[in-house]
Amino acid sequence: MLELKDICFSRDNKNILKNVNLEIDNNKMVVITGPNGSGKSTLAKIIMGIENPDSGKIVFDGKDITNLSITERAKMGIGFAFQQPVRFKGLTVRDLIEISAGSSSIKVCDACDVLADVGLCAQEYLNREVNGGLSGGELKRIEIAMLAAKKSKLTIFDEPEAGIDLWSFNNLISVFEKMHDDIKGSIVIISHQERILNIADEIVLISNGKVEKHGPREEMLSQIFNKVKPCHKLEKNEKCNEGRA
Amino acid sequence: MDKIEKNLLKQIADIEKTPMGAYNIRENGKLSARNTTANIDIVTKKDKPGIDIIIKPNTKNESVHIPVILTQGGLNDLVYNDFYIGENADVVIVAGCGIHNSTCDTAQHDGIHTFHLAKGAKIKYIEKHYGEGEGTGERILNPQTIINLDENASMEMESVQIKGVTSTVRETYANMKKGSSLVISERIMTTGKQTAKTVFDVNLDGEDSSVHVASRSVAEDDSLQEFISNVKGNAKCFGHVECDAIIMGNGRVISDPKIEANNVDASLIHEAAIGKIAGEQLIKLMTLGLTEKEAEEQIINGFLK
Repeated sequence: MLELKDICFSRDNKNILKNVNLEIDNNKMVVITGPNGSGKSTLAKIIMGIENPDSGKIVFDGKDITNLSITERAKMGIGFAFQQPVRFKGLTVRDLIEISAGSSSIKVCDACDVLADVGLCAQEYLNREVNGGLSGGELKRIEIAMLAAKKSKLTIFDEPEAGIDLWSFNNLISVFEKMHDDIKGSIVIISHQERILNIADEIVLISNGKVEKHGPREEMLSQIFNKVKPCHKLEKNEKCNEGRA
Repeated sequence: MDKIEKNLLKQIADIEKTPMGAYNIRENGKLSARNTTANIDIVTKKDKPGIDIIIKPNTKNESVHIPVILTQGGLNDLVYNDFYIGENADVVIVAGCGIHNSTCDTAQHDGIHTFHLAKGAKIKYIEKHYGEGEGTGERILNPQTIINLDENASMEMESVQIKGVTSTVRETYANMKKGSSLVISERIMTTGKQTAKTVFDVNLDGEDSSVHVASRSVAEDDSLQEFISNVKGNAKCFGHVECDAIIMGNGRVISDPKIEANNVDASLIHEAAIGKIAGEQLIKLMTLGLTEKEAEEQIINGFLK
């Protein structure tokens, strides 16, 4: 479905991505993980066309999309959920869900369903403006609902868990699983969270601008958690005993 | 009424057939049609051009439409409309002016509307301004709204300049007594070399009076807009003025806010923001499949909705 070939990207004399090669197959749930600053978000933006690589090639559904615009890629079936959702004065949740679905004729009940899936009461939110009156967590859920409405062949989520409270976290996992079942497309999630890693078919570890490892979940999990420093394990609510003298 | 006139009426007052309730339609400086009800009277002024709209106390769930249309170039139509809203009445008033100018002469309408709301009266006032026509003549609209709110009266004013107005000076003056409230929502779009100036001057004289002014505007091409507001808190009161503008092309916006607290218990806020459409907003909508142009239109339409 998606193939990245020798992608290089640098800014301000810093090599952010170095000859990245990656293949995402149809109908896969792939989690991209790795340390902060390793180039994960840049890679996601390059797939969507928000950033353009200095060299390399992007192939989607057999077509070279390297020089296609964001709009063209979106129309071909790529979706992207921002790490920090954008606010719009004047546009309502309903407007954005309609735009996402590609039709103003999306049934109200369908719009309500995608909101309910992310834990928002449609009656309360459908006609609200997506502006500064919404909290970061609410914006994040609306962002995810938009992508659920878009039903893309390939949907990329950039750190979807950021800003989501613990109570909603389990629902978030269910949303991804439901999207995966309903849309039958591939989902790429950039995340550091073990619970998200646990729902992946495949995990990609990016480090220092390169794909360090890519493989099935079970195989990758054991390698990743044997490698990470103890403080990373605190995310799993475990005591940070390892690595101490 | 021909097709052009019908379209103007639809644009400014959403009228496609004879409106329900009281109405007064003014066409090229003359009365075209009028209807009154048991509770709402409309009387032609004798000393100057215009009408008095008199609404009886306790009138509820009624509306008044008073649209003005101009289809003749070279006409300068000045009109004084006074509204007397009786105690505890609760009505909707729809005004507005549409100009179709297919000549090279200027067509101008200056509507001076004065509202007198008695104690406890409540109105929703909707005013739309619109211009069109293939002529080179200017289309000028200078509405003036003077609002006098007695104790516990409240008014909600929606003022929209849709498009096609060459130049406009829009002035709103309000004097507010105890417990009265005023909510003004303004939307303006200018293109080409159009100019628009808006003035809000509000006196919060009565205890617990409150005003909220929200102005959203878009200045495209080489157009120029000016927003001037002066809210004076002369008692324990609350005032909030919000001015948001999007500039595109060579569009310019000047915002000149003033808040004046003349009483220690006055609470006044002014917020203003001017800027072009944020790049991230365009990108977000493009990732949903819109072209840059479509994304821009969605953002502008939503902003001015």
